[in-house]
Amino acid sequence: MLDTADVLLLARIQFAFTVSFHFIFPAFSIGLASYLAVLEGLWLRTGKALYLDLFRYWLKIFAVAFAMGVVSGIVMSYQFGTNWAVFSDRAGPVIGPLMAYEVLTAFFLEAGFLGVMLFGMERVGRKLHFAATCMVAGGTFVSAFWILSVNSWMQTPTGYVMGANGQFLPGESWIDVIFNPSFPYRLLHTVTAAYLTTAFAVGAVGAWHLLRDRTNLHARKMFSMAMWMAALVAPVQILLGDAHGLNTLEHQPVKVMAMEGHYRSHPEGAPLILFGIPNSKEKRVDYALEVPKLSSLILKHDLDAPLKGLDTVPDEDEPPVGVVFWAFRVMVGLGFAMLGIGLWSLVARSRGKLYEWAWLHRAALVMGPSGFVAVIAGWITTEVGRQPWTIYGLLRTADSASPLDAPAVAASLLAFIVVYFAVFSVGTWYILRLMNKPPHPHESGAGQAPIRTAGITPGPAQRGAAPGEE
Amino acid sequence: MDVNFDLTVVWAFIIAFGIFAYVVMDGFDLGIGILFPSFKVGEGRNRAMNSIAPVWDGNETWLVLGGGGLFAAFPLAYAVILPATYPLIVAMLLGLVFRGVAFEFRWRDPRHRPFWDLAFASGSFVAALTQGMTLGAILQGIEVSGRAYAGSWWDWLTPYTLLTGLGVVAGYALLGATWLIWKLDGPPQDHAYKVARRAAVATLVLLVAVSLYTPLLDEDYWRRWFEMPSVLFAAQVPLLTAILAYLLFRALARRHEATPFWISLGIFLLGMAGLGVSMWPYVVPDQITIWDAAAPERSQVFMLVGVALTLPLIIAYTGWAYWVFRGKVGHEGYH
Ligand code: HDD
Ligand code: HEM
Ligand code: HEM
Repeated sequence: MLDTADVLLLARIQFAFTVSFHFIFPAFSIGLASYLAVLEGLWLRTGKALYLDLFRYWLKIFAVAFAMGVVSGIVMSYQFGTNWAVFSDRAGPVIGPLMAYEVLTAFFLEAGFLGVMLFGMERVGRKLHFAATCMVAGGTFVSAFWILSVNSWMQTPTGYVMGANGQFLPGESWIDVIFNPSFPYRLLHTVTAAYLTTAFAVGAVGAWHLLRDRTNLHARKMFSMAMWMAALVAPVQILLGDAHGLNTLEHQPVKVMAMEGHYRSHPEGAPLILFGIPNSKEKRVDYALEVPKLSSLILKHDLDAPLKGLDTVPDEDEPPVGVVFWAFRVMVGLGFAMLGIGLWSLVARSRGKLYEWAWLHRAALVMGPSGFVAVIAGWITTEVGRQPWTIYGLLRTADSASPLDAPAVAASLLAFIVVYFAVFSVGTWYILRLMNKPPHPHESGAGQAPIRTAGITPGPAQRGAAPGEE
Repeated sequence: MDVNFDLTVVWAFIIAFGIFAYVVMDGFDLGIGILFPSFKVGEGRNRAMNSIAPVWDGNETWLVLGGGGLFAAFPLAYAVILPATYPLIVAMLLGLVFRGVAFEFRWRDPRHRPFWDLAFASGSFVAALTQGMTLGAILQGIEVSGRAYAGSWWDWLTPYTLLTGLGVVAGYALLGATWLIWKLDGPPQDHAYKVARRAAVATLVLLVAVSLYTPLLDEDYWRRWFEMPSVLFAAQVPLLTAILAYLLFRALARRHEATPFWISLGIFLLGMAGLGVSMWPYVVPDQITIWDAAAPERSQVFMLVGVALTLPLIIAYTGWAYWVFRGKVGHEGYH
């Protein structure tokens, strides 16, 4: 039979699985919603049909991604109660209100204006439609604001008092709860991540169509816009990541030890381990490839600054080093690869070859999914690095779970895995099919029959129309 | 203490309002899903789907408010009820996944449209059934020890919960059918009239069955419904329901277009009032009152500010979105 430890493990796997899947979609739709607002704004300002075509092209993709984000998100809002009941009871008074604010200020906003954004262009006119698009884009940002505040509070809890019944209660000021120490960094880093993720997805689609037809004006425009984002935002993201890391060093030094693979303390300057295989049994990194003192330079801005290692931490308070170490390297590696593409595109642009260099297009195509991988790797770093705590230093993961029978959790985990892989793979396939179609003039709108949901019972003349268009 | 007392009651009403808003709004969406297979492939189904495509996401958001609000205002209740009904909640969530993506997917892939239609229908059915069963599971009582659920993972499955589950399925089907009467015309509307009558009969039969069964579950329910003086108040609920049922059948027979939907809403409102009679002031009957479960005053006040500022706005722009898509769902779409 399964015992409590297994139940806990199953519940953790289930949470990690469902939230990772969920986050893939917001990472795309936060960026895409803003991109759509920009495209529509440019169309309204310049009157160029090109922008409207691009808007409609991406709107169809957005609709599919957003639907998947919504249904996977609803699952998340119930996972806290189903699988982490003790955590919910104890932390509810503090983080519950923040999540309620997310519903009130973000989810309703998105959902309320989504229908108009998708299907309402002809019904409300251009200006009002643009306003609806902006509301949806704003909603995605507000949503990220609240949920990241919640998550950050779990990482760096402040502004609470302990109740007699074991509950965390809000203290004097909600500002202290919401703007907890890691929140500003996490918010900026994550929203920027969403923009980069979208930029690389858009860039890959542009590159794909440029490889097939270099003269496609629509493909040129989206590729160019995406490459500007890559060139400008990737370096910003690296700086933000660095700042975030310093913040983590201040508030969660043990996490940083795991990210860096520092099993030992280094009293006179710690090396930066580029690669190696963390060996938690022997408490060392095997086959380490290191640069002496660089870690101290990055983290303390001083070559000889001492850094403590995991030898100063009791074993039961250590996160799993291997996962954190590797996930962190994946994210950082991709961050630099993104920077590389951005710089390459600047060179190409300065020589007037942005639409000519097929190797740049191939590289951009390969980097299409990189944002998604990087955000998931980043979250694994963050979340696994927080272990063994759900509320850092205060509530252990082992003490957070619901009193559930093992078969219940095992069965639900299996069901989530089967359904998510089936449904979201199909959805991703539909998105890829949409992306595979070249963007072209007179792009059909989301609300125009018969391609789409919107009001949209095909009229008689259109009913059988446009095969592949459906 | 006084302030706290009031706030907790206010919050109970806000949550009840959220749940009611969810039940009627997603209720007609899910009802359309439940009835979907009975509509003709092609025009009938497409128009039924289009009548909710622009609003379903907003409707479902009330479920997030219900869950999130419970978490925030009554964390203990959230932490006890969800583990107690775990398999039901998971099934509901998965059902909602299928029906939610079907809105987009069925248009993206005509070859597999029959499959996504089936996913839409069965997802809606499962979501409705499990919501009704969750309600039944709460009413029949939950085992609690300390601050946690203490039962096993099949406690929720009884004849009573099956009955409440089917009751909600029938009720949602009624809402869906009357909504379609309003939004459609021609042959699909005729079909909606036909199913509305059947759904109304099923809803009322199941409503009566659940109402008779509930007082037998527990002496306390019996007292609330059948003993003086509470019966004076309680008796108004079935009385009004009977009147509304009569009006509903009359409106259907006279082929009114909008009234059947509003009357069905009224029946749901009375169902909710009946629920209030049975449960008040407990969230978990006989175990946890709203005051036991309430978050501290500071949390309640903070959220109340948010609700007071945003809820009117939400209602306003939601109303606007419905207004934008008003009128019959035509043949040639929304333009
Ligand atoms: C609102 C809070 C919140 C947010 C925004 C996230 N998580 Fe989280 N995460 C939790 C709240 C949480 C949690 C409830 O606190 C868990 C459950 C058990 C635990 O240890 O923490 C958790 C665990 C957890 C674990 C398991 C860690 C372990 O058991 O060692 C992983 C891999 C992730 N999460 C991944 C993610 C990803 C990919 C996210 C990106 C969206 C994410 N989390 C956002
Ligand atoms: C455990 C944590 C999370 C929970 C409980 C949660 C909950 C939800 C819910 C309930 C929805 C559906 C809203 C609707 O009905 O319209 C949703 C969608 C969304 N969530 Fe999450 N979420 C979580 C993590 C995140 C994170 C980390 C982000 C961003 C940084 C995020 C951003 C969004 C956005 C932008 C949407 C809109 C749909 C979309 O863009 O795909 N969520 N989430
Ligand atoms: C090379 C530059 C980068 C550095 C130095 C960096 C640094 C970090 C650090 C230190 C964390 C952990 C924060 C914690 O402990 O809580 C983190 C998390 C994260 N990273 Fe990065 N990162 C970089 C690039 C990227 C890129 C390119 C993306 C995505 C496009 C990304 C997405 C994320 C996300 C989503 C998280 C989790 C949320 C958070 O805690 O901020 N990062 N990053």
